Amino acid sequence: MAPWLPIIAVVAALALLPLGLGSNTVLNFLSFAMIITIAAQGWNILGGYGGQFSFGHAVFFGTGAYAMALLQVRFGINPWLALPLSMALGALVGFAIGFLSFRARLRGSYFALVTLAFAELFRISANASGFTGGAAGVLVPLRLDPAQMQFADKRVAYWLALCFVAAGLALTLALARSRFGAQLVAVRENEEAARALGVDALGVKLKAITLSGAITASAGCLYTQKFLYLDANLAYGPWVSVEALLAPIIGGLGTVFGPLVGAVVLLGLGEVTKTVFANLMGGSIPGVDLVVFGVLLILCVAHAPRGVLGLAGRLLGKGRARP
Amino acid sequence: MLKLDIFLSALANGLMTGAVYALIALGLTLVYGVLHIINFAHGATLTAAMFAVFVMHNAFGIDPYFAIFILTPLFFALGYGVQRFVINPASHGDDSNILLVTLGLSIIIENALLAGFRSDTRSIDVPYGFSVVEVGNLFLSTPKLVAFGASFVVAGALWLLLARTDTGKAIRAVAREKTGASLSGINVDHIYAVTFGIGAACLAIAACLLMPTFLVNPRIGNAFVLVAFTIVVLGGMGSITGALIGGLIIGVVESLSGLYFGESLGQIGIFLIFILVLLFKPTGLFGARA
Repeated sequence: MAPWLPIIAVVAALALLPLGLGSNTVLNFLSFAMIITIAAQGWNILGGYGGQFSFGHAVFFGTGAYAMALLQVRFGINPWLALPLSMALGALVGFAIGFLSFRARLRGSYFALVTLAFAELFRISANASGFTGGAAGVLVPLRLDPAQMQFADKRVAYWLALCFVAAGLALTLALARSRFGAQLVAVRENEEAARALGVDALGVKLKAITLSGAITASAGCLYTQKFLYLDANLAYGPWVSVEALLAPIIGGLGTVFGPLVGAVVLLGLGEVTKTVFANLMGGSIPGVDLVVFGVLLILCVAHAPRGVLGLAGRLLGKGRARP
Repeated sequence: MLKLDIFLSALANGLMTGAVYALIALGLTLVYGVLHIINFAHGATLTAAMFAVFVMHNAFGIDPYFAIFILTPLFFALGYGVQRFVINPASHGDDSNILLVTLGLSIIIENALLAGFRSDTRSIDVPYGFSVVEVGNLFLSTPKLVAFGASFVVAGALWLLLARTDTGKAIRAVAREKTGASLSGINVDHIYAVTFGIGAACLAIAACLLMPTFLVNPRIGNAFVLVAFTIVVLGGMGSITGALIGGLIIGVVESLSGLYFGESLGQIGIFLIFILVLLFKPTGLFGARA
């Protein structure tokens, strides 16, 4: 029971937050942070535990988002059914990309590049195809009804996203404690050695990217259902990929809470930067928050390779040296 | 007959654009060949150089071709400094860290440009921007012809530098055997930084050659960076000849698929080539190493 207590405590605290804070801005921020957390949790399984740095996780986010929208708009499928279907599609895309890249023995920079190229391929195709609504994007009709997964009370949408975050945290913890998790870490640390010990490296990586694809696709689904509009740049744009990988790296790579901490820190700092600059310069300046993200990434790599969580542990004097 | 003319003109245009693509890819492939890293900030650096050309022209009336002589040494120094004082110390020499640090740099450069110049697309207006040379039935854009020629000159100069000079020998030594080079008295950190500086200098030249006919906005690096990666992968990571030929092939593919399948699909063709080469022949056409 003990290892699950932090998850229960954190999720309970996050669930109570909207009861104290009535502000719409804060609620929107929290909802968005939860969606990014889910995408980042998907990335963390493959990148953090498996050591395979994808630069194109937008491919899964976008597939989930588009599938969720198109299944409803074009095929009239209820969103509660469209959600698992879209996640399955995300898993399938993950398996396909993993099968192609891992079979070709792509790793490191090569894997990063090929995932980036897949995301761009999907983005341009979605932007050009009539089926996806082309450059105009897709609009999901507004029907405020829990049966349509649309909620008049914004807190419910937040709690729904929080449920996915909680499930993601529990899944990551279970994974970290499982045989599969140990094999994944072994492949990350030294693939040849892991294989020599009888680990099916290809199978392990394939499982990880499939799972990763499904989780990140669910983030896309929630995005569609919250904002009811998407286009190729929102769904498949390079920014989605960057946020999915920045959050775990800044929070703590290959840790259960890393993606959550990273997403909240990242988006929080982004909001603060935007507000400060808007007040200083008398108007909003595009890109300043993202400059901060870039600086944060470099500082993290240079001084806090274990992210905010590792840094906090060190500052509190509880930092244990890694074996 | 007319159809053949259109085909030939698309082919010529593709070759001319491809030569500049090759110039962009040269820096990337050189850095890969020596440091064995992929520089994700390559596209953003090109965008910065293009904005530098834009500012020099619009604020000080400096011709882009003359700007080559100012921006090339400037970007060499910038590249040298960034590798020596940012990338190297921040990444602790670890490959995946370098990937992340250069990604961080590209985010910083791109969005600093966005904050400074907003997302508007800009171009410069030079008197020779639309001048053409008539070759047979073809009308070839003069600035593009200049860029075509200059790209080969730069590639040749780079080859001479690597083959004939002491610095070139040191660069090749570090690329081949880092530890051995360092034991024989070569300052590896210095050579890394020089290589990075040369990569940035190539981008400055490319930017000066591109600006008379291309547009610039803060996000344009994205379009170029995947093209450059494709060329480098197609030509074989680290191969200069490969980058040249790969650049020309990609330029022609983009131009011809744009002609036959429409503008947006020209880019899709590039990504498909990229993925297929990575999956089926990751050593590229001229690459020696797996």
